[in-house]
Amino acid sequence: MARFAELSEAIAEHVRPGVSVALEGFSHLVPYAAGQEIIRQRVGDLTVIRMVPDLVVDQMIGLGMVATLVFSWGGNPGLGSLYRLRDAAENGWPRPLRLVEHSHAELANRFVAGAAHLPYMLMRGSPVGDLRSPHVAEVTCPFTGERATAVQALHPDVAVVHAQEADREGNVLFRGVIGVQKEAILASRAAVVTVERMVDALPRGSNEVIVPGWAVSAVCVCPRGAWPSYAMGGGYARDDDFYRRWREVSRDRSSFLAWGEGAR
Amino acid sequence: MSVELMLVAAAREITDGAVCFVGVGQPSQVALIARHAHAPHAAFVYESGVLGAEPSRPPLSVADEDLVRGARVLVPVHEVFNYWLQGGRIGLGIIGAAQVDRFGNVNSTVIGAYASPRTRLPGAGGAPTIAGFAGRTVVVTRHSRRSLVDRVDFVSTLGRPEVGAGRGPLGLSGAGVTTVVTDLGVLRLDVDTGELVLTRRHPGVKVETVQDATGWPLRAAADVVITEPPSPAEAAALEALG
Repeated sequence: MARFAELSEAIAEHVRPGVSVALEGFSHLVPYAAGQEIIRQRVGDLTVIRMVPDLVVDQMIGLGMVATLVFSWGGNPGLGSLYRLRDAAENGWPRPLRLVEHSHAELANRFVAGAAHLPYMLMRGSPVGDLRSPHVAEVTCPFTGERATAVQALHPDVAVVHAQEADREGNVLFRGVIGVQKEAILASRAAVVTVERMVDALPRGSNEVIVPGWAVSAVCVCPRGAWPSYAMGGGYARDDDFYRRWREVSRDRSSFLAWGEGAR
Repeated sequence: MSVELMLVAAAREITDGAVCFVGVGQPSQVALIARHAHAPHAAFVYESGVLGAEPSRPPLSVADEDLVRGARVLVPVHEVFNYWLQGGRIGLGIIGAAQVDRFGNVNSTVIGAYASPRTRLPGAGGAPTIAGFAGRTVVVTRHSRRSLVDRVDFVSTLGRPEVGAGRGPLGLSGAGVTTVVTDLGVLRLDVDTGELVLTRRHPGVKVETVQDATGWPLRAAADVVITEPPSPAEAAALEALG
């Protein structure tokens, strides 16, 4: 059963140094507040899994908290580079960053395999392109003989995601662009869900995206928890300006470090 | 003017009623022009799981509220890749590229070596699956020796593996990158040689100019036609983009 907790408690308990943490939310419901708490606690040596790292992981990388990044596209949406990710990949600053890189389809399917407790998920066609990964292999279909691609299951230690609502039993409801949040929860050993608000009851007999409280470890009430991204129906818009300003803040090390001082 | 012709020429690749996978940036601008000018029934799909997007302006991110609000339906990310793209339900893909080479391979990963890149680019994202399984894929990019190269530094998205090699044995149902639309003209895949050749030039642009701006000896088709200037509907659509 999900335990209600303060965000600082939930992060301290579940996001320990050296763990693998999946911070999912595909440009919507980005678990930014949770990410800020991970940053505030300066949890180190993390393996961060996030299909599109977004600003929150760029910040963690720049602060030296990330040993390994598992991702499929590392830009600032619509605005070019994530400069801290680039600095780590190009110059090893502030520390070498190991990259586990996939396409979107591969990484989404690694979560699917994890959620279904399969050793891998199958995708059409042979592996192609120059990206080589120990988590991607060619296999032969036992029925048709065709070549296909196997992507290895992903089992993060903890998933940290943001949703719109939770009820008293810790059932959580996601609206809008849903990304791979559900798969991340179900593939991970533990799951922390921050929510915009509590409600008395979630709909019954529905096909909305509801994860029952018995599949969630901790629920934390965090209004505006996705800012500067947004939560559909949450009453605040995506802060495009903040994404633009991040380019200038993060472009060079000194302005980034000045920002980092403020984030303590 | 030439960037506008690039967008208009790319928009003309979208037939009315086509189901088209697009990204943010120029591909979204192309989609908006097509929808307003000649393809009101084209359906647009985004990697965030937005099916049937009807944005009023080009989105900054694939989950922009304006993009999502009028969508026919939102589906999970694994579904948009597995059921819709891999499942063969997308006729056309439109992508950008940092580098594209003479065989239609696309690089969005690194300039230089992977382990120690000179420039680390964002990465492949949805492009490999788009090129792998959309009916065909169109690249939209500015034309220079830096972007149109003989061989990409890194194949993020496969065109043709090597001269004469086909995609069939690889189990990819999409034709891959068949068309590159630039601010100088349009290149199309020559199925016999597997390489991109110049088939269209924009008004005022000489074939030699396009060849000089290309990083391989670009062949021109026997009949290189001139891009038609924007129609009134296309001009209005460009205006509306702002």
